Amino acid sequence: MSAEIIQSRREWLLSDRPASRLQARLGRAYVAWRRFSANRLALVGMLIIIALLVVAAFADVLAPYSPTIGDLKNARLLPPGAAHWFGTDDLGRDIYSRIVYGARWTLYVVILVAVIAAPIGLLVGTVAGYASGWTDTILMRITDIFLAFPKLVLALAFVAALGPGIENAVLAIAITSWPPYARIARAETLTVRNSDYIKAVQLMGASPFRIVLRHIMPLCISSLIIRVTLDMAGIILTAAGLGFLGLGAQPPLPEWGAMIASGRRFILDQWWVAAAPGAAILIVSLGFNLLGDGLRDALDPRSGDQ
Amino acid sequence: MSVAENQVLAGRGSARALAVLSSLGRFLVIAVTTYLGLLAVTFFIGRVIPIDPVLAVLGDRAPTAVVERTRREMGLDLPWIEQFYLYVKAALRGDFGTSVLTTNPVMSDIRRVFPATIELATLGTLMGAIIGVPLGVLAAVKRGSLIDQIARVVGLIGYSVPIFWLGLLGLVLFYAKLQWIAFPARLDVVYEYTFTPITGFYLLDAAIQGQWDVFHDAWRHIVLPAALLGYLSLAYISRMTRSFMLNELAQEYIVAARAKGLSETRIIWGHALRNAAVPMVTVIALSYANLLEGSVLTETVFSWPGIGLYITNSLQNADMNAVLGGTIAIGSVFIAINLLSDLLYRLLDPRTKVG
Repeated sequence: MSAEIIQSRREWLLSDRPASRLQARLGRAYVAWRRFSANRLALVGMLIIIALLVVAAFADVLAPYSPTIGDLKNARLLPPGAAHWFGTDDLGRDIYSRIVYGARWTLYVVILVAVIAAPIGLLVGTVAGYASGWTDTILMRITDIFLAFPKLVLALAFVAALGPGIENAVLAIAITSWPPYARIARAETLTVRNSDYIKAVQLMGASPFRIVLRHIMPLCISSLIIRVTLDMAGIILTAAGLGFLGLGAQPPLPEWGAMIASGRRFILDQWWVAAAPGAAILIVSLGFNLLGDGLRDALDPRSGDQ
Repeated sequence: MSVAENQVLAGRGSARALAVLSSLGRFLVIAVTTYLGLLAVTFFIGRVIPIDPVLAVLGDRAPTAVVERTRREMGLDLPWIEQFYLYVKAALRGDFGTSVLTTNPVMSDIRRVFPATIELATLGTLMGAIIGVPLGVLAAVKRGSLIDQIARVVGLIGYSVPIFWLGLLGLVLFYAKLQWIAFPARLDVVYEYTFTPITGFYLLDAAIQGQWDVFHDAWRHIVLPAALLGYLSLAYISRMTRSFMLNELAQEYIVAARAKGLSETRIIWGHALRNAAVPMVTVIALSYANLLEGSVLTETVFSWPGIGLYITNSLQNADMNAVLGGTIAIGSVFIAINLLSDLLYRLLDPRTKVG
């Protein structure tokens, strides 16, 4: 009985003649999900990211100690053990708790960079692609110029001028990471700008502003999401690098890169102080890379096997 | 061949020459605007972001007359566009101001530290290419096999690992525990004062002068940071090689070569790899450019006295002239490699259309 229901639901989802927009959308999502979930590594990536979200959301519950206040008297530089799973740092703070709270800062950086950089790229790309002519040439020249810069070094220089801090690090990373999004958005815009449905809305008298916003941008979203996901690992690594150099998050924030920097002084004797946050960065970056690869294969069959 | 045919061919030749010229012209426009863009960004960072550059130099207790005089001396009373013009002119002369930290002109500092970075990045790229290319080829040929899986995992971790952290762990293992390598620096203190470099590339210098004890010591210092950069480059090179090779192996000329009865080794390494060679040169060049940038973090971990360490040391002392000079130096080389590899690709690969 229940098997039959599942069967009929699957047929409804995979129908060639969807009766409603909702059915078509759900059907498409189902097909994409089937392709995505067939890829075991992509599922691992998704699990890692879900775990990151859960840890960040329930940091208060999951962390047994305070992330900023340590026990200087009794718990300085303890090796990993039952009371402190990953040991303690030079100020007697529990490293496990700090990593748990650090998940929040990682998400903060990643989301903020995506929220700033992706819309800039989307706007530049779609406007350039739709307007064509001189606007296109100038906007794309600027994009290519930014694309040719060394990202990390430029971000360093920006933070040096703006002053150290996690917000400035986010700003610097965002400024250096929008160009690929503009490229992608422009390419997508060029493929649709001469299609019939755009001509139809033009005939109905829609303004260029409305066409770009309502009819072109939505079509760029899925390739943009893939690219942003693939870039997340790079963003995390750059932010951690800035934190490591003392330019990103400032003490006592439990940011993973800055934690490695503070563990560097004890690296030869108390290696665990720096080892645990680095492993956290590695795992989360790996998760985003696996998820991004999986999304690309599932949503964008054109890209094929890479 | 008839006269008419000759004329057509000659016409084609001049059309091709014209196309090459116009693509060279395009290349020049791109090169010039990109460099101007780089200078515009560093100009913006140095002159516009600090609320008042004069205050940054003098501090907030200087008398008004001094502030006004310094403002004129720094050219800050001029319109922005004129300031930018002067800035570009100075940069073209190689004048990036004086470093507060070392009190030398920034340019002479950069000239002193750059060879160390070049040596590190070159060795890293060599390691990455020597292992990465065969690994990528094998992964493509035996697609889905164990070696393909290993190549994939190695690549994924290379894309995900914080290099400075891997460097620290490497120091713990190879320096502190196993004692295979020397402590973070370029040479042991013993050699620091007895060894006179010629080119600035210590491995080369030691070999030229036949000082093999110095060579061995330099090698023990460079091997771990170079291997780390090499790993990053390996991750990128092997992934790209695999995808190029998959592309080539699906072509019809491979089937033709098999039908001719050529050995599989010859088909893979002689035919397919040779056709993938041009894009691979581009990839290796890009990976080299990335390593120059990646050296900033690696040099900091290994106290390697190159441009990366120079920039981070200057950062910690708020020495903006040195930071921006270093940024322009790395940026210039980075852009040059990018542009040249693109040009090379267009010129070498007969399949890319000129223009």
